[in-house]
Amino acid sequence: MPKMEKARIMDASEMARAILRISHEIAEKNQGCGNIRLVGIRKRGVPLSARIAKNIRKIEGCDVPVGILDITFYRDDLRINPHPVVQGTEINFDINDLDVVLVDDVLYTGRTIRAALDALMDFGRPRTIQLAILVDRGHRELPIRPDYVGRNVPSSTKERVRVHLEEIDGEDEVVITE
Amino acid sequence: MNAEVTTPSLSGRNIISISDLTYDEIILILETSKSFLEVSKREIKKIPTLRGKTVINLFYEPSTRTRTSFEIAGKRLSADVINISEKSSAAMKGETLSDTSKTINAMDADVLIIRHPLSGSPYIVARNIDCPVINAGDGWHEHPTQALLDLFTIKQRLGLFRGLKAAIVGDILHSRVARSNILAFTKMGIEVTVVAPQTLIPKDVQKLGAKVAPDFDDVISDVDIIYMLRIQLERMSRAYFPSIREYCRYYGLNQDRLRNAKDGALVMHPGPINRGIEIESEVADLAQSTIVEQVTSGVAVRMAILYLILSGEPVE
Repeated sequence: MPKMEKARIMDASEMARAILRISHEIAEKNQGCGNIRLVGIRKRGVPLSARIAKNIRKIEGCDVPVGILDITFYRDDLRINPHPVVQGTEINFDINDLDVVLVDDVLYTGRTIRAALDALMDFGRPRTIQLAILVDRGHRELPIRPDYVGRNVPSSTKERVRVHLEEIDGEDEVVITE
Repeated sequence: MNAEVTTPSLSGRNIISISDLTYDEIILILETSKSFLEVSKREIKKIPTLRGKTVINLFYEPSTRTRTSFEIAGKRLSADVINISEKSSAAMKGETLSDTSKTINAMDADVLIIRHPLSGSPYIVARNIDCPVINAGDGWHEHPTQALLDLFTIKQRLGLFRGLKAAIVGDILHSRVARSNILAFTKMGIEVTVVAPQTLIPKDVQKLGAKVAPDFDDVISDVDIIYMLRIQLERMSRAYFPSIREYCRYYGLNQDRLRNAKDGALVMHPGPINRGIEIESEVADLAQSTIVEQVTSGVAVRMAILYLILSGEPVE
Protein backbone atom coordinates (compact mmCIF):
# COMPACT_ATOMS: atom_id res chain seq x y z
CA MET A 1 0.00 0.00 0.00
CA PRO A 2 1.43 3.41 -0.95
CA LYS A 3 1.70 5.72 2.01
CA MET A 4 -0.43 8.89 2.08
CA GLU A 5 1.54 11.95 1.05
CA LYS A 6 1.29 14.48 3.83
CA ALA A 7 3.34 17.42 2.72
CA ARG A 8 5.84 18.37 0.07
CA ILE A 9 8.58 20.24 1.86
CA MET A 10 10.95 20.85 -1.03
CA ASP A 11 10.38 21.13 -4.78
CA ALA A 12 12.90 20.83 -7.61
CA SER A 13 14.09 24.44 -7.60
CA GLU A 14 14.39 24.58 -3.81
CA MET A 15 16.39 21.38 -3.91
CA ALA A 16 18.67 22.72 -6.63
CA ARG A 17 19.32 25.87 -4.58
CA ALA A 18 20.04 23.87 -1.44
CA ILE A 19 22.52 21.61 -3.27
CA LEU A 20 24.18 24.67 -4.85
CA ARG A 21 24.54 26.30 -1.43
CA ILE A 22 26.05 23.13 0.03
CA SER A 23 28.50 23.00 -2.91
CA HIS A 24 29.57 26.61 -2.23
CA GLU A 25 29.98 25.87 1.47
CA ILE A 26 32.12 22.79 0.77
CA ALA A 27 34.38 24.79 -1.55
CA GLU A 28 34.57 27.67 0.96
CA LYS A 29 35.32 25.57 4.01
CA ASN A 30 38.01 23.56 2.24
CA GLN A 31 39.56 26.58 0.51
CA GLY A 32 39.17 25.35 -3.02
CA CYS A 33 38.87 21.77 -4.05
CA GLY A 34 42.39 20.36 -4.34
CA ASN A 35 42.02 17.99 -1.39
CA ILE A 36 38.31 17.22 -1.51
CA ARG A 37 36.99 13.76 -2.28
CA LEU A 38 33.23 13.24 -2.44
CA VAL A 39 31.73 9.91 -1.38
CA GLY A 40 28.02 9.28 -1.91
CA ILE A 41 26.27 6.74 0.29
CA ARG A 42 24.03 4.34 -1.62
CA LYS A 43 21.45 4.84 -2.76
CA ARG A 44 20.45 8.49 -3.01
CA GLY A 45 23.74 9.94 -1.81
CA VAL A 46 25.20 8.80 -5.14
CA PRO A 47 23.35 11.19 -7.50
CA LEU A 48 23.57 13.94 -4.86
CA SER A 49 27.37 13.66 -4.71
CA ALA A 50 27.52 13.74 -8.52
CA ARG A 51 25.47 16.96 -8.55
CA ILE A 52 27.69 18.56 -5.92
CA ALA A 53 30.77 17.62 -7.97
CA LYS A 54 29.19 19.23 -11.03
CA ASN A 55 28.48 22.43 -9.06
CA ILE A 56 32.01 22.57 -7.66
CA ARG A 57 33.37 22.24 -11.19
CA LYS A 58 31.36 25.32 -12.16
CA ILE A 59 32.34 27.25 -9.03
CA GLU A 60 36.02 26.37 -8.77
CA GLY A 61 36.76 25.02 -12.24
CA CYS A 62 38.20 21.72 -11.07
CA ASP A 63 37.12 18.08 -11.04
CA VAL A 64 36.54 16.52 -7.64
CA PRO A 65 36.78 12.70 -7.64
CA VAL A 66 33.51 11.04 -6.61
CA GLY A 67 33.22 7.61 -5.00
CA ILE A 68 30.34 5.35 -4.01
CA LEU A 69 29.95 3.68 -0.63
CA ASP A 70 27.66 0.72 0.12
CA ILE A 71 27.44 0.43 3.90
CA THR A 72 25.48 -2.83 4.05
CA PHE A 73 28.43 -4.84 5.39
CA TYR A 74 28.93 -2.37 8.23
CA ARG A 75 25.36 -2.20 9.52
CA ASP A 76 24.58 -2.91 13.17
CA ASP A 77 21.16 -4.39 12.40
CA LEU A 78 21.96 -7.40 10.21
CA ARG A 79 19.56 -9.63 12.11
CA ILE A 80 16.76 -7.08 12.37
CA ASN A 81 16.40 -6.01 8.77
CA PRO A 82 16.23 -8.28 5.76
CA HIS A 83 19.41 -7.81 3.82
CA PRO A 84 19.02 -5.40 0.96
CA VAL A 85 20.71 -6.40 -2.26
CA VAL A 86 24.28 -5.25 -1.96
CA GLN A 87 25.41 -3.11 -4.85
CA GLY A 88 29.01 -2.61 -3.96
CA THR A 89 31.49 0.10 -3.16
CA GLU A 90 33.50 1.99 -5.77
CA ILE A 91 36.22 4.16 -4.30
CA ASN A 92 38.92 4.22 -6.95
CA PHE A 93 41.13 6.84 -5.34
CA ASP A 94 43.38 7.24 -2.35
CA ILE A 95 41.76 8.99 0.63
CA ASN A 96 44.83 9.22 2.88
CA ASP A 97 45.41 12.76 4.24
CA LEU A 98 42.57 14.16 2.15
CA ASP A 99 39.25 15.79 3.08
CA VAL A 100 36.43 13.36 2.42
CA VAL A 101 32.87 14.68 2.24
CA LEU A 102 30.26 11.98 2.84
CA VAL A 103 26.97 12.71 1.08
CA ASP A 104 23.56 11.27 1.91
CA ASP A 105 19.95 12.30 1.42
CA VAL A 106 18.41 12.08 4.91
CA LEU A 107 20.09 12.20 8.32
CA TYR A 108 17.98 10.46 10.98
CA THR A 109 19.33 8.20 13.75
CA GLY A 110 22.95 8.57 12.60
CA ARG A 111 23.48 4.81 12.36
CA THR A 112 24.05 4.85 8.62
CA ILE A 113 26.73 7.50 9.07
CA ARG A 114 28.35 5.51 11.89
CA ALA A 115 28.57 2.55 9.49
CA ALA A 116 29.85 4.79 6.69
CA LEU A 117 32.62 6.14 8.94
CA ASP A 118 33.74 2.61 9.76
CA ALA A 119 33.63 1.63 6.09
CA LEU A 120 35.63 4.67 5.04
CA MET A 121 38.32 4.03 7.66
CA ASP A 122 38.96 0.67 5.99
CA PHE A 123 40.07 2.57 2.89
CA GLY A 124 42.66 4.70 4.66
CA ARG A 125 43.13 7.61 7.01
CA PRO A 126 41.59 10.80 5.66
CA ARG A 127 42.65 14.16 7.15
CA THR A 128 39.01 15.02 7.82
CA ILE A 129 35.64 13.45 7.15
CA GLN A 130 32.80 15.90 6.67
CA LEU A 131 29.11 15.21 6.27
CA ALA A 132 26.73 16.77 3.74
CA ILE A 133 23.02 16.01 4.09
CA LEU A 134 20.06 17.19 2.07
CA VAL A 135 17.49 16.81 4.86
CA ASP A 136 18.20 16.60 8.59
CA ARG A 137 15.10 15.26 10.30
CA GLY A 138 16.48 14.98 13.85
CA HIS A 139 16.05 12.05 16.29
CA ARG A 140 19.74 11.21 16.52
CA GLU A 141 20.67 8.06 18.44
CA LEU A 142 24.41 8.63 18.13
CA PRO A 143 26.65 11.68 18.63
CA ILE A 144 26.82 12.60 14.94
CA ARG A 145 26.19 16.01 13.36
CA PRO A 146 26.26 17.20 9.76
CA ASP A 147 28.64 19.88 8.45
CA TYR A 148 26.42 20.89 5.55
CA VAL A 149 22.61 20.75 5.65
CA GLY A 150 20.12 21.46 2.87
CA ARG A 151 17.13 21.82 5.15
CA ASN A 152 16.31 21.05 8.78
CA VAL A 153 12.93 19.33 8.96
CA PRO A 154 11.51 18.72 12.43
CA SER A 155 9.63 15.44 12.16
CA SER A 156 7.89 12.85 14.28
CA THR A 157 9.31 9.32 14.43
CA LYS A 158 5.98 8.08 12.99
CA GLU A 159 6.55 10.07 9.83
CA ARG A 160 8.73 9.11 6.89
CA VAL A 161 10.82 11.68 5.12
CA ARG A 162 11.38 10.68 1.50
CA VAL A 163 13.82 12.33 -0.86
CA HIS A 164 13.01 11.72 -4.51
CA LEU A 165 15.68 12.38 -7.09
CA GLU A 166 15.29 12.62 -10.83
CA GLU A 167 18.06 10.08 -11.51
CA ILE A 168 16.29 7.40 -9.44
CA ASP A 169 12.68 8.43 -8.97
CA GLY A 170 12.05 10.59 -12.03
CA GLU A 171 11.49 13.82 -10.12
CA ASP A 172 13.19 16.08 -7.57
CA GLU A 173 11.23 16.62 -4.35
CA VAL A 174 11.17 15.95 -0.62
CA VAL A 175 7.91 14.72 0.92
CA ILE A 176 6.75 13.69 4.36
CA THR A 177 4.41 10.73 4.56
CA GLU A 178 2.76 9.11 7.51
CA MET B 1 7.51 -1.24 -1.97
CA ASN B 2 6.25 -4.49 -3.40
CA ALA B 3 9.69 -5.55 -4.54
CA GLU B 4 10.70 -6.23 -0.93
CA VAL B 5 8.02 -8.87 -0.52
CA THR B 6 9.36 -11.12 -3.27
CA THR B 7 13.05 -10.57 -2.54
CA PRO B 8 14.64 -14.02 -2.18
CA SER B 9 16.28 -14.76 1.17
CA LEU B 10 18.76 -17.40 2.27
CA SER B 11 18.63 -16.41 5.90
CA GLY B 12 19.14 -19.39 8.20
CA ARG B 13 19.12 -21.89 5.35
CA ASN B 14 21.17 -25.05 4.74
CA ILE B 15 23.02 -25.31 1.44
CA ILE B 16 23.47 -29.02 0.88
CA SER B 17 22.34 -29.48 -2.71
CA ILE B 18 21.93 -27.15 -5.68
CA SER B 19 18.33 -28.37 -5.80
CA ASP B 20 17.77 -26.48 -2.50
CA LEU B 21 18.18 -23.21 -4.43
CA THR B 22 15.87 -21.44 -6.87
CA TYR B 23 16.98 -19.51 -9.95
CA ASP B 24 16.37 -16.20 -8.13
CA GLU B 25 18.32 -17.32 -5.07
CA ILE B 26 21.30 -18.26 -7.24
CA ILE B 27 21.14 -14.85 -8.94
CA LEU B 28 21.09 -13.22 -5.48
CA ILE B 29 24.22 -15.15 -4.45
CA LEU B 30 26.04 -14.19 -7.65
CA GLU B 31 25.06 -10.51 -7.42
CA THR B 32 26.16 -10.36 -3.80
CA SER B 33 29.45 -12.08 -4.66
CA LYS B 34 30.41 -9.18 -6.92
CA SER B 35 30.59 -6.82 -3.92
CA PHE B 36 32.79 -9.27 -2.05
CA LEU B 37 35.19 -9.47 -4.98
CA GLU B 38 35.76 -5.75 -4.41
CA VAL B 39 36.41 -6.32 -0.68
CA SER B 40 39.14 -8.87 -1.51
CA LYS B 41 40.90 -6.30 -3.69
CA ARG B 42 41.16 -3.72 -0.88
CA GLU B 43 44.32 -3.03 1.03
CA ILE B 44 42.49 -3.91 4.26
CA LYS B 45 40.67 -7.09 3.28
CA LYS B 46 38.37 -7.25 6.25
CA ILE B 47 34.88 -6.02 6.97
CA PRO B 48 33.06 -6.32 10.32
CA THR B 49 29.88 -7.90 8.96
CA LEU B 50 30.01 -11.23 10.83
CA ARG B 51 31.80 -10.10 13.97
CA GLY B 52 31.00 -12.41 16.86
CA LYS B 53 29.81 -15.27 14.62
CA THR B 54 31.45 -18.68 14.84
CA VAL B 55 32.07 -20.65 11.66
CA ILE B 56 33.13 -24.29 12.00
CA ASN B 57 34.99 -26.01 9.17
CA LEU B 58 34.55 -29.75 9.74
CA PHE B 59 36.68 -31.59 7.19
CA TYR B 60 36.85 -35.38 7.01
CA GLU B 61 38.75 -35.37 3.72
CA PRO B 62 41.93 -33.66 2.59
CA SER B 63 41.29 -30.30 0.97
CA THR B 64 43.38 -27.19 0.49
CA ARG B 65 41.34 -24.94 -1.71
CA THR B 66 37.86 -25.46 -0.34
CA ARG B 67 38.87 -25.39 3.32
CA THR B 68 41.19 -22.42 2.91
CA SER B 69 38.63 -20.64 0.77
CA PHE B 70 35.92 -20.99 3.44
CA GLU B 71 38.42 -20.00 6.12
CA ILE B 72 39.51 -16.87 4.28
CA ALA B 73 35.89 -16.02 3.47
CA GLY B 74 34.91 -16.26 7.14
CA LYS B 75 37.93 -14.32 8.33
CA ARG B 76 37.47 -11.49 5.81
CA LEU B 77 33.96 -11.12 7.24
CA SER B 78 35.41 -10.97 10.80
CA ALA B 79 33.84 -14.27 11.88
CA ASP B 80 35.78 -16.64 14.14
CA VAL B 81 36.69 -19.65 12.03
CA ILE B 82 37.55 -22.95 13.66
CA ASN B 83 39.01 -25.78 11.57
CA ILE B 84 38.46 -29.36 12.62
CA SER B 85 40.01 -32.11 10.54
CA GLU B 86 39.35 -35.78 10.96
CA LYS B 87 42.84 -36.49 12.23
CA SER B 88 42.63 -33.91 14.97
CA SER B 89 39.08 -34.71 16.01
CA ALA B 90 37.41 -37.19 18.31
CA ALA B 91 36.29 -39.14 15.23
CA MET B 92 39.69 -40.82 15.55
CA LYS B 93 38.52 -42.04 18.93
CA GLY B 94 35.37 -43.50 17.44
CA GLU B 95 32.85 -40.71 17.87
CA THR B 96 29.97 -40.89 15.38
CA LEU B 97 29.15 -38.02 13.04
CA SER B 98 25.86 -37.35 14.81
CA ASP B 99 27.61 -37.17 18.20
CA THR B 100 30.25 -34.83 16.80
CA SER B 101 27.40 -32.66 15.45
CA LYS B 102 25.72 -32.57 18.85
CA THR B 103 28.99 -31.62 20.49
CA ILE B 104 29.54 -28.74 18.10
CA ASN B 105 25.92 -27.70 18.58
CA ALA B 106 26.47 -27.45 22.32
CA MET B 107 29.21 -24.92 21.61
CA ASP B 108 26.75 -22.60 19.81
CA ALA B 109 28.26 -22.49 16.35
CA ASP B 110 26.54 -20.13 13.91
CA VAL B 111 27.26 -22.11 10.76
CA LEU B 112 28.87 -25.46 10.08
CA ILE B 113 30.70 -26.34 6.88
CA ILE B 114 31.23 -30.04 6.27
CA ARG B 115 33.29 -32.10 3.87
CA HIS B 116 32.85 -35.85 4.20
CA PRO B 117 33.70 -38.91 2.07
CA LEU B 118 30.20 -40.36 2.47
CA SER B 119 27.34 -39.06 0.32
CA GLY B 120 24.51 -37.58 2.35
CA SER B 121 26.48 -36.99 5.53
CA PRO B 122 25.58 -33.24 5.64
CA TYR B 123 21.96 -34.34 6.15
CA ILE B 124 22.97 -36.33 9.23
CA VAL B 125 24.78 -33.27 10.57
CA ALA B 126 21.83 -30.97 9.80
CA ARG B 127 19.47 -33.22 11.77
CA ASN B 128 21.66 -32.96 14.85
CA ILE B 129 22.53 -29.29 14.86
CA ASP B 130 20.55 -26.05 15.14
CA CYS B 131 22.72 -23.87 12.91
CA PRO B 132 22.75 -23.82 9.09
CA VAL B 133 24.90 -26.46 7.37
CA ILE B 134 26.90 -25.89 4.19
CA ASN B 135 27.99 -28.89 2.16
CA ALA B 136 31.63 -28.54 1.09
CA GLY B 137 31.55 -31.85 -0.76
CA ASP B 138 30.02 -35.17 0.32
CA GLY B 139 31.22 -38.35 -1.34
CA TRP B 140 29.88 -38.67 -4.89
CA HIS B 141 26.83 -36.58 -4.10
CA GLU B 142 27.29 -32.81 -4.38
CA HIS B 143 29.59 -29.82 -3.98
CA PRO B 144 27.19 -26.91 -4.34
CA THR B 145 29.58 -24.03 -3.55
CA GLN B 146 31.87 -25.25 -6.36
CA ALA B 147 28.99 -25.05 -8.82
CA LEU B 148 28.10 -21.55 -7.60
CA LEU B 149 31.66 -20.26 -7.93
CA ASP B 150 31.81 -21.79 -11.42
CA LEU B 151 28.62 -19.96 -12.35
CA PHE B 152 30.08 -16.74 -10.95
CA THR B 153 33.25 -17.21 -13.03
CA ILE B 154 31.18 -17.81 -16.17
CA LYS B 155 29.07 -14.71 -15.45
CA GLN B 156 32.19 -12.59 -14.98
CA ARG B 157 33.70 -13.83 -18.24
CA LEU B 158 30.69 -14.23 -20.52
CA GLY B 159 28.08 -11.98 -18.89
CA LEU B 160 25.10 -14.32 -19.22
CA PHE B 161 23.98 -17.94 -18.96
CA ARG B 162 20.95 -18.53 -21.12
CA GLY B 163 21.78 -20.13 -24.45
CA LEU B 164 25.31 -21.20 -23.51
CA LYS B 165 26.47 -24.76 -24.02
CA ALA B 166 28.83 -26.62 -21.73
CA ALA B 167 30.64 -29.94 -21.96
CA ILE B 168 31.58 -31.58 -18.68
CA VAL B 169 34.36 -34.04 -19.44
CA GLY B 170 35.84 -36.86 -17.42
CA ASP B 171 34.99 -38.91 -14.41
CA ILE B 172 31.30 -38.03 -14.10
CA LEU B 173 30.55 -41.15 -12.05
CA HIS B 174 32.69 -40.29 -9.03
CA SER B 175 32.31 -36.54 -9.30
CA ARG B 176 30.20 -34.51 -6.90
CA VAL B 177 31.30 -31.45 -8.86
CA ALA B 178 29.71 -32.92 -12.00
CA ARG B 179 26.43 -33.54 -10.21
CA SER B 180 26.20 -30.07 -8.69
CA ASN B 181 27.33 -28.40 -11.90
CA ILE B 182 24.85 -30.27 -14.10
CA LEU B 183 22.04 -29.17 -11.76
CA ALA B 184 23.30 -25.59 -11.48
CA PHE B 185 24.12 -25.07 -15.15
CA THR B 186 20.81 -26.43 -16.42
CA LYS B 187 18.90 -24.41 -13.81
CA MET B 188 20.47 -21.23 -15.20
CA GLY B 189 19.71 -22.17 -18.80
CA ILE B 190 23.06 -23.63 -19.85
CA GLU B 191 22.80 -26.78 -21.96
CA VAL B 192 25.03 -29.51 -20.56
CA THR B 193 26.59 -32.49 -22.36
CA VAL B 194 28.65 -34.97 -20.36
CA VAL B 195 31.57 -36.59 -22.14
CA ALA B 196 33.22 -39.71 -20.73
CA PRO B 197 33.85 -43.37 -21.35
CA GLN B 198 30.69 -45.42 -20.71
CA THR B 199 32.18 -46.83 -17.53
CA LEU B 200 32.43 -43.37 -15.97
CA ILE B 201 28.90 -42.20 -16.78
CA PRO B 202 26.31 -42.68 -14.02
CA LYS B 203 23.23 -44.63 -15.07
CA ASP B 204 20.59 -41.92 -14.75
CA VAL B 205 22.60 -38.86 -15.69
CA GLN B 206 19.94 -37.77 -18.21
CA LYS B 207 17.51 -37.39 -15.33
CA LEU B 208 19.70 -34.58 -14.01
CA GLY B 209 19.17 -32.79 -17.32
CA ALA B 210 22.39 -33.60 -19.17
CA LYS B 211 22.94 -35.09 -22.60
CA VAL B 212 25.55 -37.82 -23.04
CA ALA B 213 28.22 -38.01 -25.72
CA PRO B 214 30.97 -40.60 -25.89
CA ASP B 215 33.18 -38.67 -28.33
CA PHE B 216 34.90 -35.50 -27.09
CA ASP B 217 35.78 -34.34 -30.63
CA ASP B 218 32.13 -34.39 -31.69
CA VAL B 219 31.19 -32.02 -28.89
CA ILE B 220 34.13 -29.63 -28.49
CA SER B 221 33.38 -27.46 -31.54
CA ASP B 222 29.88 -26.75 -30.30
CA VAL B 223 30.37 -25.56 -26.70
CA ASP B 224 31.17 -22.27 -24.94
CA ILE B 225 32.45 -23.94 -21.78
CA ILE B 226 34.79 -26.93 -21.61
CA TYR B 227 34.67 -28.16 -18.04
CA MET B 228 37.37 -30.72 -17.31
CA LEU B 229 37.15 -33.00 -14.28
CA ARG B 230 40.01 -34.50 -12.37
CA ILE B 231 40.61 -38.21 -12.75
CA GLN B 232 39.99 -39.30 -9.18
CA LEU B 233 42.24 -42.31 -8.85
CA GLU B 234 41.63 -42.32 -5.09
CA ARG B 235 37.94 -43.02 -5.60
CA MET B 236 38.41 -45.75 -8.19
CA SER B 237 38.33 -49.18 -6.66
CA ARG B 238 38.64 -50.96 -10.00
CA ALA B 239 39.75 -50.27 -13.57
CA TYR B 240 37.32 -47.98 -15.36
CA PHE B 241 39.52 -47.50 -18.42
CA PRO B 242 42.42 -49.49 -19.87
CA SER B 243 45.22 -47.00 -19.18
CA ILE B 244 45.90 -43.38 -18.30
CA ARG B 245 47.52 -42.99 -21.69
CA GLU B 246 44.44 -44.14 -23.52
CA TYR B 247 42.24 -41.92 -21.36
CA CYS B 248 44.43 -38.90 -22.25
CA ARG B 249 44.17 -39.65 -25.93
CA TYR B 250 40.37 -39.74 -25.99
CA TYR B 251 39.31 -37.52 -23.11
CA GLY B 252 42.26 -35.27 -22.28
CA LEU B 253 42.26 -31.60 -23.31
CA ASN B 254 45.32 -30.75 -25.36
CA GLN B 255 46.16 -27.96 -27.77
CA ASP B 256 45.36 -30.02 -30.87
CA ARG B 257 41.91 -30.80 -29.64
CA LEU B 258 41.33 -27.24 -28.42
CA ARG B 259 41.97 -25.90 -31.95
CA ASN B 260 38.57 -27.28 -32.93
CA ALA B 261 36.81 -25.39 -30.12
CA LYS B 262 34.97 -22.09 -30.53
CA ASP B 263 37.11 -18.96 -30.24
CA GLY B 264 37.30 -17.91 -26.61
CA ALA B 265 35.58 -21.01 -25.27
CA LEU B 266 36.27 -21.15 -21.51
CA VAL B 267 38.47 -23.93 -20.17
CA MET B 268 37.40 -24.69 -16.60
CA HIS B 269 38.57 -27.17 -13.99
CA PRO B 270 37.64 -27.41 -10.31
CA GLY B 271 41.20 -28.24 -9.29
CA PRO B 272 43.46 -29.72 -8.23
CA ILE B 273 44.58 -30.37 -11.80
CA ASN B 274 46.60 -33.36 -12.93
CA ARG B 275 48.83 -31.65 -15.49
CA GLY B 276 49.37 -33.93 -18.43
CA ILE B 277 46.49 -36.28 -17.62
CA GLU B 278 43.06 -34.70 -18.08
CA ILE B 279 44.55 -31.39 -19.18
CA GLU B 280 47.77 -30.61 -21.03
CA SER B 281 50.00 -28.31 -19.03
CA GLU B 282 50.10 -25.54 -21.67
CA VAL B 283 46.31 -25.57 -21.97
CA ALA B 284 45.88 -25.03 -18.24
CA ASP B 285 47.85 -21.79 -18.51
CA LEU B 286 46.07 -20.26 -21.54
CA ALA B 287 44.19 -16.96 -21.19
CA GLN B 288 40.91 -18.77 -21.89
CA SER B 289 41.56 -21.04 -18.92
CA THR B 290 39.74 -19.84 -15.78
CA ILE B 291 41.36 -22.28 -13.36
CA VAL B 292 43.07 -19.65 -11.20
CA GLU B 293 40.18 -17.21 -11.48
CA GLN B 294 37.83 -19.91 -10.17
CA VAL B 295 39.78 -19.90 -6.92
CA THR B 296 39.40 -16.11 -6.57
CA SER B 297 35.69 -16.45 -7.34
CA GLY B 298 35.48 -19.13 -4.66
CA VAL B 299 36.40 -16.74 -1.86
CA ALA B 300 33.91 -14.09 -3.03
CA VAL B 301 31.08 -16.57 -3.51
CA ARG B 302 31.67 -18.20 -0.12
CA MET B 303 31.73 -14.78 1.54
CA ALA B 304 28.38 -14.05 -0.11
CA ILE B 305 26.92 -17.37 1.03
CA LEU B 306 28.06 -16.90 4.65
CA TYR B 307 26.74 -13.33 4.63
CA LEU B 308 23.36 -14.26 3.12
CA ILE B 309 22.84 -17.21 5.47
CA LEU B 310 23.78 -15.29 8.61
CA SER B 311 21.98 -12.00 7.94
CA GLY B 312 18.32 -11.07 7.86
CA GLU B 313 15.40 -12.69 9.65
CA PRO B 314 15.57 -16.47 9.54
CA VAL B 315 12.79 -17.85 7.36
CA GLU B 316 10.50 -20.01 9.46
